[in-house]
Amino acid sequence: MAKMTLQELRKLRDSKKTEIQKRDLSGKETQIIVGMGTCGIAAGAKNVLDTFLTQLEIHNLNSVVVTQTGCMGLCYVEPTIEVIAPGMPSVIYGKVDAEVAKKIVEEHIIHKRMVSEHVFDRPSVDIIKDGGK
Amino acid sequence: MAYRSYILVCGGTACESSKANAIYESLLNEVDGQGLSEEVQVIKTGCFGFCEQGPIVKILPEDSFYVQVTPSDAKELVEEHIVKGREVKRLLYDKEGSKKHAKVEDIKFYQKQFRIVLRNCGFIDPENVDEYIAREGYSALEKVLFEMSGDEVIQELRTAGLRGRGGAGFPTWMKWNFTKQVKDADQKYIVCNADEGDPGAYMDRSTLEGDPHSVLEAMTIAGKTVGANQGYIYIRAEYPLAIHRLEVAMAQARDYGLLGKNILDSGFDFDIEIRLGAGAFVCGEETALLASIEGERGMPVPRPPFPAVKGLWGKPTVINNVETWANIPVIIMKGGDWFSQIGTHDSSGTKVFALTGKIRNSGLVEVPMGTTLREIIYDIGGGIANDKKFKAVQTGGPSGGVITEEFLDTPIDFGSLQKLGSMMGSGGMIVMDEDDCIVDVTKFYLEFSVEESCGKCAPCRIGGRSLMNILDKITKGNGTIEDIEQMKEIGHAMKQASLCALGQTAPNPILSTVKHFEAEYLAHINDKTCPAGKCKSLITYNILPDLCIGCTACARKCPTAAITGERRQVHVIDQAACIKCGACFETCKFGAIEIR
Repeated sequence: MAKMTLQELRKLRDSKKTEIQKRDLSGKETQIIVGMGTCGIAAGAKNVLDTFLTQLEIHNLNSVVVTQTGCMGLCYVEPTIEVIAPGMPSVIYGKVDAEVAKKIVEEHIIHKRMVSEHVFDRPSVDIIKDGGK
Repeated sequence: MAYRSYILVCGGTACESSKANAIYESLLNEVDGQGLSEEVQVIKTGCFGFCEQGPIVKILPEDSFYVQVTPSDAKELVEEHIVKGREVKRLLYDKEGSKKHAKVEDIKFYQKQFRIVLRNCGFIDPENVDEYIAREGYSALEKVLFEMSGDEVIQELRTAGLRGRGGAGFPTWMKWNFTKQVKDADQKYIVCNADEGDPGAYMDRSTLEGDPHSVLEAMTIAGKTVGANQGYIYIRAEYPLAIHRLEVAMAQARDYGLLGKNILDSGFDFDIEIRLGAGAFVCGEETALLASIEGERGMPVPRPPFPAVKGLWGKPTVINNVETWANIPVIIMKGGDWFSQIGTHDSSGTKVFALTGKIRNSGLVEVPMGTTLREIIYDIGGGIANDKKFKAVQTGGPSGGVITEEFLDTPIDFGSLQKLGSMMGSGGMIVMDEDDCIVDVTKFYLEFSVEESCGKCAPCRIGGRSLMNILDKITKGNGTIEDIEQMKEIGHAMKQASLCALGQTAPNPILSTVKHFEAEYLAHINDKTCPAGKCKSLITYNILPDLCIGCTACARKCPTAAITGERRQVHVIDQAACIKCGACFETCKFGAIEIR
């Protein structure tokens, strides 16, 4: 890289910022959790995960974090993903492929509308979160 | 293609010494072997601060905090966590033994910390300038080059209330202003003091290792502000990793035009050179440091004139320590007002401490000024190791003093520590428990100062040696009651008459411990005993016949064969042959060895 001018430095910073912000979890309100159990992976969860990452980048959605987890138990509709977004009920989507993933980003995350035909469940009660009661 | 996971491996000196490098290599290999190098980024970053539990590996976005990782764990981490999305439970940090703490935000160690200086440590790859830039790096320099005047920069530092973090706490804006105001100088210099030498202190080293660009950016800002074109970083040769990272950072900054001629096309030139120190404590004193850069013997000269007016090669020189520099870009970026809200009225901002000694979580901590010692030791440090009783905490290294239990709730800042007879110093904090002998510890610090004295002025050279002789006498059981008064007298004389801070502060450990632990000195002098059982001349090891079962374990460990006894018979220690190494005491499982 040759010596930079002020404009070039700013441009570089902006382009790198999006990338590094993914590492910072504070201020991230929306979470997409991809079920990456054996069943999920076999059904194409990895492709779905990649699609989410690319889509979030395309739409410049910096407050969304994508994480992975094990099998959610709905193996008959894999790949499954859970979306936790502010002002929206937490839902589990099933039979998610790259197309559905795109739709979830555009509808659920951006426009706050559920992708009803793929909603399969609400997440089960988290006993740890409620103090185990 | 964006990365989906990030594996951050601690690359600080502490973790590197426990094979962090090999862990990094193994992780890279595993990620590569799984065909994931396009999706998963493995990054070697700076110190996470939680050195007690190192080597540390953090995986994002799950924010899983893995501790005491070994190279052979790499395979499992990649196969389980990365491929299958299952955390490797056995490596997660577990404090209470019951509940697993997986996330950094759950760990108490980090709860009370506020990281300004260490903002990028453990987050970015210090050898990649892009990552620093992405975290708003060099945007403060932009402001200073294109938007702010020198006076505005100094005003911002004044509003911030930043005081030098090297020990003395001198207002940074004043230093800069003195240098700026010198009009007739053909040359001015910017110097970074990275000669961190206090025993147990490694704040500056970790900052340079984890975020070298923050110091480079700050020095360039100072250069523009006061009108200097050349900077020097004086760092000890025994910090090879910090030097390496600085060299890499400087090369990258030059490449990008952030250092060197015509920075960012602004017409401003500034470059930095590294000067290696040989590791003399006195070279942390600014005038001695400057002499050492000039190639002279590292000895202090009387001030004034201060370096700000007449420094390196007689030219006006701004000299700040690493931690002070690392604060500067944040102050310019976020403003002096923001900074002044943090900490106390008298001391704004944060302070980094190297927490070591008999503490459960030793490590690097950054807290707002005004945090109490109790919070640092108990909430962050997790209390005293092995459930022993707290005795005292030593701050300020060989220049500081001890603080006892009753003062633990004092909010710490520059003023409050001084009032307690100690000082902020550069930030070493050594915790002592009931097993530490206060006279012995004091002797250790004094020994350090005496060895490191440059010998130029008599009060430090002779005074230090005399104090040493008295302390030695006391620990051997030959002390008299007059010795205490005499130590105070010599100490006060050294404080008054020594040329530089080394001699002026060398008696502090004695003066402070004599004040807070007089009874312990008296026990050594009058009763010829060492209550903590540390001073070898005053103790004997004895075997309690009732408890000894004759297992022979101690006799086998004894290096001088001073212990005799038949199997299943009570053993005896031959006091003439005993060298009081304590090996038998450590070995005995039945508590049958007594220190008297």
